[in-house]
Amino acid sequence: MLLRRSFWVLILALLSCSMLTLPVQAQSLPDEQHQMTDDFAAVLHKLPKAKFSEKSSLIEQIADQKHAKSEAVLEAMLEARLFYRKSDKIIVFADKVDAGYHIVDVLSDEDYGEIGKRKVKKVSVNNSLRRELKSLIARFQLESEDIEKRTQAIQNIIKSPDPVFAASVARAIDVEQDSAVRQQLLTAQAAVRLVSDDTDKESKIAAIVLLGEVTDKNAIALLAPLVEQKEDGTYVETDEDIRVAAQVSLKKLHEREGMYSIVENLFFGVSLGSVLLLAAVGLAITFGVMGVINMAHGEMIMLGAYTTYVVQLVMPNHIGASLIVAIPAAFLVSGTMGVIIERTVIRHLYGRPLETLLATFGLSLVLQQLVRTIFSPLNRSVITPEWMSGSWHVNGMLSLTYNRLYIIIFSLLVLGGLVLLMRRTFFGLQMRAVTQNRPMASSMGIRTGWVDALTFGLGSGIAGIAGVALSQLTNVGPNLGQAYIIDSFLVVVFGGVGNLFGTFFAAMSLGIANKFFEPLVGAVLAKILILVFIILFIQRRPRGLFAIKGRFVED
Amino acid sequence: MKMNSLGWRKTLLTTVAAALMSLTVVTAQAADTIKVGVLHSLSGTMAISETTLKDTVLMMIEEQNKKGGVLGKQLEPVVVDPASNWPLFAEKTRELLEKEQVDVIFGCWTSVSRKSVLPVIEELNGLMFYPVQYEGEESSKNVFYTGAAPNQQAIPAVDYLMNEIGVKRWVLAGTDYVYPRTTNKILESYLKSKGVAEEDIMINYTPFGHSDWQNIVSDIKKFGSEGKKTAVVSTINGDANVPFYKELGNQGVSAEDIPVVAFSVGEEELSGFDTGPLVGHLAAWNYFMSAEAEENDAFIESWHSFIGDENRVTNDPMEATYIGFNLWVQAVEKAGSTEVDKVHDAIIGLETPNLTGGTAKMLANHHLTKPVLIGEIQEDGQFEIVWSTDSEVPGDAWTDFLPESAKVIADWQDESIMCGNYNTETKKCSGQNYE
Amino acid sequence: MKNGLINTLLKDDKASQRFILILMAVSILVPILNLLVPESWPIHVSTYTVTLLGKYLCFALLALAVDLIWGYCGILSLGHGAFFALGGYAMGMYLMRQIGDRGVYGNPELPDFMVFLNWQELPWYWYGFDNFGFAMLMVLLVPGLLAFVFGWFAFRSRVTGVYLSIITQAMTYALMLAFFRNEMGFGGNNGLTDFKDILGFDLQSDYTRCTLFFLTALSLALAYLACIGIVKSKLGRVLVAIRDAESRTRFMGYRVEHYKLFVFVFSAVLAGIAGAFYVPQVGIINPGEFTPINSIEIIIWVAIGGRGTLYGAVIGAILVNYGKTWFTGAFPELWLFMLGGLFVVATIYLPQGIKGLFDKWQSRQNTATPTAGA
Repeated sequence: MLLRRSFWVLILALLSCSMLTLPVQAQSLPDEQHQMTDDFAAVLHKLPKAKFSEKSSLIEQIADQKHAKSEAVLEAMLEARLFYRKSDKIIVFADKVDAGYHIVDVLSDEDYGEIGKRKVKKVSVNNSLRRELKSLIARFQLESEDIEKRTQAIQNIIKSPDPVFAASVARAIDVEQDSAVRQQLLTAQAAVRLVSDDTDKESKIAAIVLLGEVTDKNAIALLAPLVEQKEDGTYVETDEDIRVAAQVSLKKLHEREGMYSIVENLFFGVSLGSVLLLAAVGLAITFGVMGVINMAHGEMIMLGAYTTYVVQLVMPNHIGASLIVAIPAAFLVSGTMGVIIERTVIRHLYGRPLETLLATFGLSLVLQQLVRTIFSPLNRSVITPEWMSGSWHVNGMLSLTYNRLYIIIFSLLVLGGLVLLMRRTFFGLQMRAVTQNRPMASSMGIRTGWVDALTFGLGSGIAGIAGVALSQLTNVGPNLGQAYIIDSFLVVVFGGVGNLFGTFFAAMSLGIANKFFEPLVGAVLAKILILVFIILFIQRRPRGLFAIKGRFVED
Repeated sequence: MKMNSLGWRKTLLTTVAAALMSLTVVTAQAADTIKVGVLHSLSGTMAISETTLKDTVLMMIEEQNKKGGVLGKQLEPVVVDPASNWPLFAEKTRELLEKEQVDVIFGCWTSVSRKSVLPVIEELNGLMFYPVQYEGEESSKNVFYTGAAPNQQAIPAVDYLMNEIGVKRWVLAGTDYVYPRTTNKILESYLKSKGVAEEDIMINYTPFGHSDWQNIVSDIKKFGSEGKKTAVVSTINGDANVPFYKELGNQGVSAEDIPVVAFSVGEEELSGFDTGPLVGHLAAWNYFMSAEAEENDAFIESWHSFIGDENRVTNDPMEATYIGFNLWVQAVEKAGSTEVDKVHDAIIGLETPNLTGGTAKMLANHHLTKPVLIGEIQEDGQFEIVWSTDSEVPGDAWTDFLPESAKVIADWQDESIMCGNYNTETKKCSGQNYE
Repeated sequence: MKNGLINTLLKDDKASQRFILILMAVSILVPILNLLVPESWPIHVSTYTVTLLGKYLCFALLALAVDLIWGYCGILSLGHGAFFALGGYAMGMYLMRQIGDRGVYGNPELPDFMVFLNWQELPWYWYGFDNFGFAMLMVLLVPGLLAFVFGWFAFRSRVTGVYLSIITQAMTYALMLAFFRNEMGFGGNNGLTDFKDILGFDLQSDYTRCTLFFLTALSLALAYLACIGIVKSKLGRVLVAIRDAESRTRFMGYRVEHYKLFVFVFSAVLAGIAGAFYVPQVGIINPGEFTPINSIEIIIWVAIGGRGTLYGAVIGAILVNYGKTWFTGAFPELWLFMLGGLFVVATIYLPQGIKGLFDKWQSRQNTATPTAGA
């Protein structure tokens, strides 16, 4: 009978579908497993129509059945890969392809090929389901081969501990080889013990003490309810010993947290500084070295960001690599634009620095409207590649976001490269010669016109590179440049015009100062204070932090 | 000497005459079309949001003209660009009403632009439909508010978080301007009335276009790790959202831990986001593109064919524009005239289908009845509707949760009131310039 | 007496004579054409035009102030929008207090925005603004004092050129951020609006509008004369000397910083007055006026008109703003291309601005017909 059925299925499938793999042979399964698969299929079948509240019990059943596919189904649901075909309500795994989805039957592994976007529908989940899913998956992954999955599972248990984990955590502790993971498991065990009702007082206190020693923010969340007061002043936790132990542990945790938050704040400051540095360093060349008050600098940054967007459009399947490709591309686009601007506009304005302000301001309006016309006024979505998202967990209380880390490193590389270019290459030599004494350089045979054009192109190109970095932090839209132009000028002037290291110190000190003011007075006042500080500082040192000394600075 | 002075007197006269001629209004208008003013910024910071609404109005006009126009006349759009410059909004309104003599204006996005337009439109007795959710505390005779009032967005959203998700701690984060300030004031007083303690509410304001959210997200994380379920109610505006959500994602704040419910993030804003890390965060609106209704499918289809791009999304202010436009057309047909006073009287009480399968009714306080929907952000930049009110909520111009405002009502139908800010205690309307 | 003074000021200055006369003619003609000529007549000037012209004249006054320090003293201030806005806010605060209990909540003391944000009492810095005289004093004093303090520090430390430009920009930027904050008590982003009347005259009546327009034109004329006075005096020559060679002037024994400070403060006060006239005519003042872009635009008006000639600044302000009004109406999608292009072309090909173009054209005419004047 079974044989016959699967035979017909095979024939039908062969007729209807050209690409196909053999369905799993059902008859090879033992009876018990077979029964289980039927139950499993029944639960799955309910998913498409279930409400969120019903789904909650369904996914629990899926997990409880411990079917071979349970974990895969739950994971797919969490990753929004679990779909059903609208025509027959069959549950499938779906992966996005160009025109729609590539779907595979959950139960039979049968490959149905590609299907249109509107023919399938996702098994929807909401936040509370997602949370449940994570915790259910953790059960399967506690003893996973993959150390990352294991850590993730433990983290999920610590986040939402449940007495049902007690046994599996205890088993995992026994078999765990890695000492760091084992430590985390112990924390998880303490967390589980804390929330289960049948833990005796002593082991509860032991758990509290243990949690007081770990460097993990979640420990605070676990202990906080123990010291909570009700509205009438009585404590939620009635046992005083437990309460006192929790208070002691919490105090320790808060102290540790305070210490790490200073480190964190420093990181925030350096990271803001690196953004300022990136935005300003191109201007340090066009404005600082050449003396052009380049109001279109912000738009060069914007062009770089849009280049990133276009590069991503061109290579949609290699988002990770596209960012790397975008760096030279953005340099070329903004740099070329810079050369064009220099040759057509700035060239006529040397010796009239204030008038370059007017012309470049006009250009900035034109460039903004240009991208508005080409790309629409809407912001464009630039995807953050995998390797730039998320954060590096130094420990449970300190994590540094990858995108910021990379941008700090990147800004230093750009600065370093620029310094080398200026100091160590022939072009750099020519550049410095022309900016310091144009007639002399010219009479030594340097083609000053081209050096000017390339210098301006270099400054603009670097602004373009900054745009690539900024596309990972903020909006890619026509107003992007406007947001950074004033800050860039302030950084260059504060650091001392014509001095790259001055720009570096200015950017970093302003970034760090800003981030240390911010928690004290709020974001707006912090910025105002910084501005007032710069104004006062310029009064004291009218030529900035690192002024170039010598005669030629006077006019 | 005499010759000379005569000479330049002539120059003077010609110059003045030329200057005046160029500015003088040509009044005689052919009356075979009905002029519709479109007052949305096409450049400057607000172009991002407002350009779409300009296109929506143009689409509605085109469709109405295909159906034969209104009162047998074709509609003629008059588009101007107030360039995100608030005084320019007032100037352009005057231009539309005095020079172009439009019969109705669809326009404005920010509250400040509306406030700038208000004196002009009241002085010249114009008619404007304002399509964006706002802080309330206003009801002008000459303006119809087709976006949500705070009781049609903020309060139901908080109810949802409190009752369905069990949120106990609240972060009210907003951009420092009037809409977030008012909304947060209302929410704060509402939350306290529900027994939320002072220390369980954190309020934070940031400037426009704030791009460095590291500290604030880290603070939110700390605030949320104190053992009680925490949610962020975000009235963060416009450009500041992308870096905010990016920082949330990177610092590992997921929607399951600390959900963010936003009042200013819709489909259009999401189209500029990398939505991956945002999945599960919430938004409260009166319309989502994913709403299942025939009107919505038709609307999306005509939008796509009008704009020529299958990937363009629709959003809540577009629905508000749609409703406002349809109500205006109905009112004009009912009144048999485009005269402002007649349209005003005709429009109150009119109903039109909204795009989520219900009906929108224009109330006597110039606000609409609207359903409130909560959606979760999905991978594809759409919202999955996870909750909605059972029926439409009538818009309340003056909130009940601020002491001064609770006394005030607006009623433009009741002959004994006929006022946008009737004080129920003193039985007076103050500061209304018109009869 | 006064006539005599004006005569000496304008002697041999045909351009200025013409300018003052045109200005006075406009200031009288426009109100007449608006108020007395019936609407159906083609020469009737609509209220829209009156407010528009009023706005242009305020900008012209502002441009004049900038030209005085930039064109004649070489101080490129990228923060003059701030003085303009401060004057505007002072006027706005007076107008706000005039609303009295006619606000939407009917609170006799507090402006509406304070009521719904639950402010209990008026902040101290709002005291006195219900008095017109005091408010007008503040229109002069607030920008003047800020300019004095700022200039005193900056000029004494010899902050010059680009550095000065950048810190003036930082100043207006900081003020913008500050005024955007709602806690400051200036209405935050919405600023001050919904004005009812000034000195008891309804702001929405055409008579008040025309009076305001006339007064704006009058003060522009007076400011123009005052600037001419400064420029033609010995003080003016020292200013030009500072512009052209600051160190040399200093070495000759002039206290350069005092001269600069005086003209900077004077210019800031003019900008404040312009702001005060601007607010009742456009009906709103908000922190947007502080944006650095606005201040850059003022520079552009002056540059396009022709820096270093006072009437050039006025012409530049009026033309660029007229262009803006026209472009934003006629070519909403393209106007930024035109405006931006105009700036670029003007700076490259018209270093002397429109005034330079005009001069060239005139001199060519003179050479073509050398006997035309006879």
